[in-house]
Amino acid sequence: MIRAEAMSKAFGPTVALDKVSFEVENGELFGFIGPDGGGKTTLFRILVSLLVPDGGRATVIGLDVVRDYRALRQRVGYMAGRFSLYPDLSVEENLTFFASVFGTTVQREYEQIKPIYTQLEPFKDRRAAALSGGMKQKLALCCALVHRPDILFLDEPTTGVDAVSRREFWDLLGVLKKGGLTTVVSTPYMDEATRCDRIALIDRGRLLGIDTPAGITGSFGRLLVGIRTTDHYRALLALRRYQHAASVFPFGDVIHYTDDRMNAAPGDIAKDVKTYLVGSGFNDASVEPLTPTVEDVFIARTANPESRIPNPGRMA
Amino acid sequence: MSDLAIHVTDLTRTFGAFTAVDHITFDVKPGEVFGFLGANGAGKTTAIRMLIGLLQPSSGSARVAGYDVARDTEQVKRSIGYMSQRFSLYEDLTPRENIRLYGGIYGLTRDQIRQRTAEMLERLGFSSVADTAVRSLPLGWRQKLAFSVALVHRPQIVFLDEPTSGVDPITRRQFWELIYDAASRGTTVLVTTHYMDEAEYCDRVSIMVAGRIAAMGTPTALKGEFAVESIDELFVRLARPDAGGAGKAGRVQ
Repeated sequence: MIRAEAMSKAFGPTVALDKVSFEVENGELFGFIGPDGGGKTTLFRILVSLLVPDGGRATVIGLDVVRDYRALRQRVGYMAGRFSLYPDLSVEENLTFFASVFGTTVQREYEQIKPIYTQLEPFKDRRAAALSGGMKQKLALCCALVHRPDILFLDEPTTGVDAVSRREFWDLLGVLKKGGLTTVVSTPYMDEATRCDRIALIDRGRLLGIDTPAGITGSFGRLLVGIRTTDHYRALLALRRYQHAASVFPFGDVIHYTDDRMNAAPGDIAKDVKTYLVGSGFNDASVEPLTPTVEDVFIARTANPESRIPNPGRMA
Repeated sequence: MSDLAIHVTDLTRTFGAFTAVDHITFDVKPGEVFGFLGANGAGKTTAIRMLIGLLQPSSGSARVAGYDVARDTEQVKRSIGYMSQRFSLYEDLTPRENIRLYGGIYGLTRDQIRQRTAEMLERLGFSSVADTAVRSLPLGWRQKLAFSVALVHRPQIVFLDEPTSGVDPITRRQFWELIYDAASRGTTVLVTTHYMDEAEYCDRVSIMVAGRIAAMGTPTALKGEFAVESIDELFVRLARPDAGGAGKAGRVQ
């Protein structure tokens, strides 16, 4: 469905995409997971023919994103990162407008948009500007779908949206997937990765890995230990001082810890950490092996100290 | 004068027939990190706008740093820092210039500005980029600088509106260490976020639903009270009582 080879794009001295290659299969729900400045928006804009890459090439539905842009634009649905509907038009007017631009009508495409539109229908006369964040995104999704695209590109559809609306939005993507639609979606929220068939981790214009969510978390390569204690922050600082600590990060009310001893048995590491914590006064600390999350993997692959030094030549 | 950093009683704001904030009552203690959570449209922004003196309450009262938000708006603004995800820094200016600008706006003396600039650049590890335009710094660095700039006049209370949105996972966590650090030195922090793991880092959280505070307490106490595993789970349950809990596709009829 998509084949991208060594795609690069720079804006002046800023390298937004650095030789990015990947493929997306027919019917896949494929996620680009990474923070702002990773290159997600540049990548999406190239794939929907709004930007021309400096190097490399890409085809979407067999169409070259540069050469065949006219044909391509008829067949892709694109939801930009910024809310891009008409704020002064109502829900229904926006939808009618986007349908007519593509030479169709809401009535004719109703089946395609029905799962989403039924949630919007109670507000169909409301101005788009007056919708809540989650509803705006559902309307934008509807407008991107109304011409029956073969593939859907959603650039950060859940950014700035509350945790509940985010779940609902992903539920809708699941429904569309069941209908056979290929969807490429980007998000800075690592916990959304598990909703995808496959994901690509992206940071500073580079891909840090492409796999199923389980494949990504399975590649962590280190024993991960979770620590719970009432004195969370002090325990975090204490663990950083522990002689074998490789990484110590807060994840909600659990501290995720990895050890620098590559050959020690998991049970021994957990026991040693527990002993250290109790010895440091954290008597209630519980220490248990954990299954890594996508966020653990992302952190591990971006944690080299150099990547934390500000580099003005890079995209912010 | 109360000893509370924020003292809110029956605070209400209506817009025409719509009640955006509906009799909310809560206190925040000095040095506390208070997570102010809620779904989009639940009334958080309206409540914060009242607390920082930008919007008059319809009824009820709120005192911030001991000042009445309806009457003493100027004193309130001087006692607080504010950082939003959208706008906090002038991107064409350098970190050094941003600090100087905000120091000047808050009426610091030249000596104070010089001293605090040096301190802040040192603490942030920004010496090498002190004279680089903010625009060219990574987002996470801009956010850290924005936080420090919001504290340049040593406010008693700082309001952070989605400070970590879109920031990479490591920087997001480093940002929270800055929050803890400020709180440990006595600054009161009121923070909004859509990352539910961050809610767990707060001393206490409140969850707004349809203009009211539906739950408030320490994360541990709330999880016990509602018998949930995480604040995420609680948030879902409160914000969509009809959804029947987490991640169900049953919303789509």
